[in-house]
Amino acid sequence: MPDSPFEYAPAPESRDIANLKPAYRPFINGEFADGGGEPLKSVNPATEEVLAEVSTASKSDVDTAVKAARRAYEKTWGRMPGAERAKYIFRLARLIQERARELAVLESLDNGKPIKESRDSDIPTAAAHFFYHAGWADKLDYAGYGPDPRPLGVAGQVIPWNFPLLMLAWKIAPALATGNTVVLKPAETTPLTALVFAEICQQAELPPGVVNILPGAGDIGAELVGHPDVNKIAFTGSTEVGKLIQRTVAGTPKKLTLELGGKAANVVFDDAPLDQAVEGIVNGIFFNQGHVCCAGSRLLVQESIVDEVLAKLRYRVSTLRIGDPLDKNTDIGAINSREQLTKIQELVDSGDTEGARRWTSPCPVPERGFFFAPTVFSDVQQSMRIAREEIFGPVLSVLTFRTPEEAVTKANNTPYGLSAGIWTEKGSRILWMANRLRAGVVWANTFNRFDPAAPFGGYQESGFGREGGRTGLEAYLDV
Amino acid sequence: MTVTSTATDTPSPLPERLADATRDETSLRRFLHGLPGVDQVGVEQRAAGLGTRSIKKAAKRWAIDTAISMVDLTTLEGADTRGKVRALAAKAKLPDPEHPDTPRVAAVCVYPDLVATAVEALDGTGIGVASVATAFPSGRSSREIKLADVKLAVDAGASEVDMVIDRGAFLEGRYGQVFEEIQAIKAACGQAHLKVILETGELATYDNVRRASWLALLAGGDFIKTSTGKVSPAATLPVTHVMLQAVHDWHQVTGELRGVKPAGGIRTTKDAIKYLVAVHEVAGPPWLDPHLFRFGASSLLNDLLLQRRTQLDGHYSGPDYVTVD
Repeated sequence: MPDSPFEYAPAPESRDIANLKPAYRPFINGEFADGGGEPLKSVNPATEEVLAEVSTASKSDVDTAVKAARRAYEKTWGRMPGAERAKYIFRLARLIQERARELAVLESLDNGKPIKESRDSDIPTAAAHFFYHAGWADKLDYAGYGPDPRPLGVAGQVIPWNFPLLMLAWKIAPALATGNTVVLKPAETTPLTALVFAEICQQAELPPGVVNILPGAGDIGAELVGHPDVNKIAFTGSTEVGKLIQRTVAGTPKKLTLELGGKAANVVFDDAPLDQAVEGIVNGIFFNQGHVCCAGSRLLVQESIVDEVLAKLRYRVSTLRIGDPLDKNTDIGAINSREQLTKIQELVDSGDTEGARRWTSPCPVPERGFFFAPTVFSDVQQSMRIAREEIFGPVLSVLTFRTPEEAVTKANNTPYGLSAGIWTEKGSRILWMANRLRAGVVWANTFNRFDPAAPFGGYQESGFGREGGRTGLEAYLDV
Repeated sequence: MTVTSTATDTPSPLPERLADATRDETSLRRFLHGLPGVDQVGVEQRAAGLGTRSIKKAAKRWAIDTAISMVDLTTLEGADTRGKVRALAAKAKLPDPEHPDTPRVAAVCVYPDLVATAVEALDGTGIGVASVATAFPSGRSSREIKLADVKLAVDAGASEVDMVIDRGAFLEGRYGQVFEEIQAIKAACGQAHLKVILETGELATYDNVRRASWLALLAGGDFIKTSTGKVSPAATLPVTHVMLQAVHDWHQVTGELRGVKPAGGIRTTKDAIKYLVAVHEVAGPPWLDPHLFRFGASSLLNDLLLQRRTQLDGHYSGPDYVTVD
């Protein structure tokens, strides 16, 4: 809205709140120590400045961490009564809440996501996962897996850069609640909040070795996955890496859960509450810059209303504000890395080449940093790359359908199956569709809502296993 | 800020789809029920989300002045007297005597029998005189009496008429009757602007609010207004979102600009600014104008004046420094 006199004032959070330190180190056996790996620099994607130097783990550090986790599992954590474990996990949850502002600002600095999302969504949901699972720790006998279900042992966990602290919470909270110990590798570009979480583990006086955090690149992840003394692998990330992990783990007794890519269909029928559907479409694809594996990146609109929906959508998207992630008025922050920006650009170019109609928001885009203006492709066909491949950026592909059957067919016509959305005022159609969509989560008249009690996971190339809820406990129990 | 032009001065024929909607009772019902529904959770979430935009410094000063210029300074009490109306008119002309550069309000809103007093007191100022006619606030009377009420106000010189719709007829599904009544009153208004009060608190659902908004726009209302101020809940942010969306959509279809007026319960500058953010982002920047957006309020003005002074003087002065009228 460039011509309006009604300019929102910048309302940036102070970066001092993040307590940013010049250097961060791996956390092994309750101590921070220099890792043997090549140090990496964590970059603020909104400014391209180096935030901190992070010492990374070497292969031998992985072994040390797994040994520490094994010791902690056998000596303390694995044999501790559930009610005792719960106290520690509740303490972690409360400490996350206490340090929420610090964590939110640090997350926005390191990841590039808008502060309103890290502050109002990521950090509170991360704390909620610890609270929820703390409640399970002494009630596992009643989880439906028989009396006295046993933990697996040492869990090796590898998480992505899109929700650094939230994914850590999704992984660590259920593992600890069920009595496992953890070695976790955060993503290369976003290790900082995980290392502050390590401080929180110290603050909570968690026994040494129960949680170990090893920053590093893919090779450290591979080392962790391949380590013979790890009992369980949990991975969230790309389908490509997921397949590699599955090959490594195949034939071993390790348990595995994978939460991989997605190309979710967001289906809008002609009787939908259109204005709220538009909000849901925006939230579905532009939340977290589209760096969401369950993002509603394929919009399927009934043909009879496609023009109306596109007009409303373009108007709405043009009001989205892109810029400084620390400004609370910012709706869309920075793309996490140059590499990711290049990948988005390449896929968008393919959309142009293949003949889709591209519309880009006229919003001003910062000159410095990695930013990508919200983009909507219409006239997209199933055969195009932008309809089939995960873009993982603020890019929406709009397709059409004519009948509910066709909507189901097109929505399911993907190798992925993580989530889906249905927009209609007709309750019976919601149930009919939800039964037929091959997706782990189906949202009705909303999108991107998360709750620790609701299991989350995929079909086909979106992975297997569930996280969250009673079902999610199974992944960390010997059942 | 004077009301000089009205969107319906030169009525252009409606697009076929809309013209057809008002052909008879059946097509009107079909059209209104064919409008997309409103999802309660979604609209309330959006309203809450937009409420957190930060308005500071220059933008805040601009917002406060704009909000002052959008106020319909209102007194609607059984105990209203000519003296009270004259006091209100004086305040409308010079809201803050110590800061004569303060914008004037858009209009003074009174009952029909006091319009003459208001017109006299505001003569030559360009400030509008609005009157609540049509058996306000219940609207429960015969068509003749409602029209006579409007005639009383207009003959006395009201430049704006705030009518209430027949909620009974609306909730019974007699949309045609509501439609005709708005048309008849619009005709009786002559040159005066017509604001159609939907009394959204009694319509209960957002779907009804959207239908009533379209009904009022189809029948020629220049403004759609949330409430009489006599029913709780009065104006709310989500309801105003639905109505702003309706005038935005109306503009998309017809090219015409129609206004929105939330009324009742908006008392603080902070609230008023939240409404302006909604106007800006939902309807669009052209609506940030007293011709297209008004606040129906009595106590809001003083808070706006206090906040305006706070901005200018750098400190808060307190309620004893603004006039009580």
